[in-house]
Amino acid sequence: MSTIQTVAGELEPHPDVALVEQARAGDVSAYDTLVRKYDRQIFRIAQHITQNREDAEDVMQDAFLKAYEKLDQFQGNSKFYTWLVRIAVNESLMRLRKRRTGKMVSIDEDVETEEGSVPRDLADWAPDPEQNYGQAELAEILRKTIQGLPPGFRIVFVLRDVEGLSTEETAETLGLSVPAVKSRLLRARLQLRERLSRYFRRKKRSSGTGVEK
Amino acid sequence: MTCTEFLALLDDLIDDSVSSETRIVLQEHLRGCDHCEVTLNTTRKTIEIYRSHEIYDLPTDLRERLHAAIMARCKKGC
Repeated sequence: MSTIQTVAGELEPHPDVALVEQARAGDVSAYDTLVRKYDRQIFRIAQHITQNREDAEDVMQDAFLKAYEKLDQFQGNSKFYTWLVRIAVNESLMRLRKRRTGKMVSIDEDVETEEGSVPRDLADWAPDPEQNYGQAELAEILRKTIQGLPPGFRIVFVLRDVEGLSTEETAETLGLSVPAVKSRLLRARLQLRERLSRYFRRKKRSSGTGVEK
Repeated sequence: MTCTEFLALLDDLIDDSVSSETRIVLQEHLRGCDHCEVTLNTTRKTIEIYRSHEIYDLPTDLRERLHAAIMARCKKGC
């Protein structure tokens, strides 16, 4: 292991490749390692999409089991993690649709919205504004704010900005074009920024004309 | 450069994927536009806050329970 790491070149295979190979050959402990490596991310993504804890638990189990069953189909031309995320996103959307029967849930539809196209709230934020809130309170603010985004924006933001997938990987995972991912990401970022401004803006001297939505 | 043009390149600027020539033009705009400077800084901060705060924690006991369930099924061949 250490000799491989000293090579430190781009040609070095991703460590997951060997683990996937071992798991395919029947080594369950190799798969165990992969599960432990990515379970938190998968759970988080599932929570972001389903917005329901029980669903997220089910998605996490189902996604890892499905990935294990389909390990032979894993091509190796994308990262194992990206492949796994795609399975988890699909499972999550299925759960979301089940819960919201009758309501359309699609990540394909491009949500037309005025919000986020031109920033309206121009108030600057206090320095380190998150420090004005306790941990639990801040988490609640962040949850509430991101839950208010349309699913198609929320998923793009989570994959790209929170989980660190590249634009191309996000596009591949969601079956969207790169320009569609870029457009949604911009609007997601701007909408979140605008919504967080309600909590993080610098306190004004006179609050008479503070226009809050 | 107008604010709308600046905004169209905001993501590329944040993601550090603009050419050096474009960066100069963007910085030029920023110097004269408080509006866009605030937008840039607070958007950066938005991303940073979401990246650095765990809002959906997976508690250790739940993690272990789910993990055990997954591995038990895998050992049985799912």
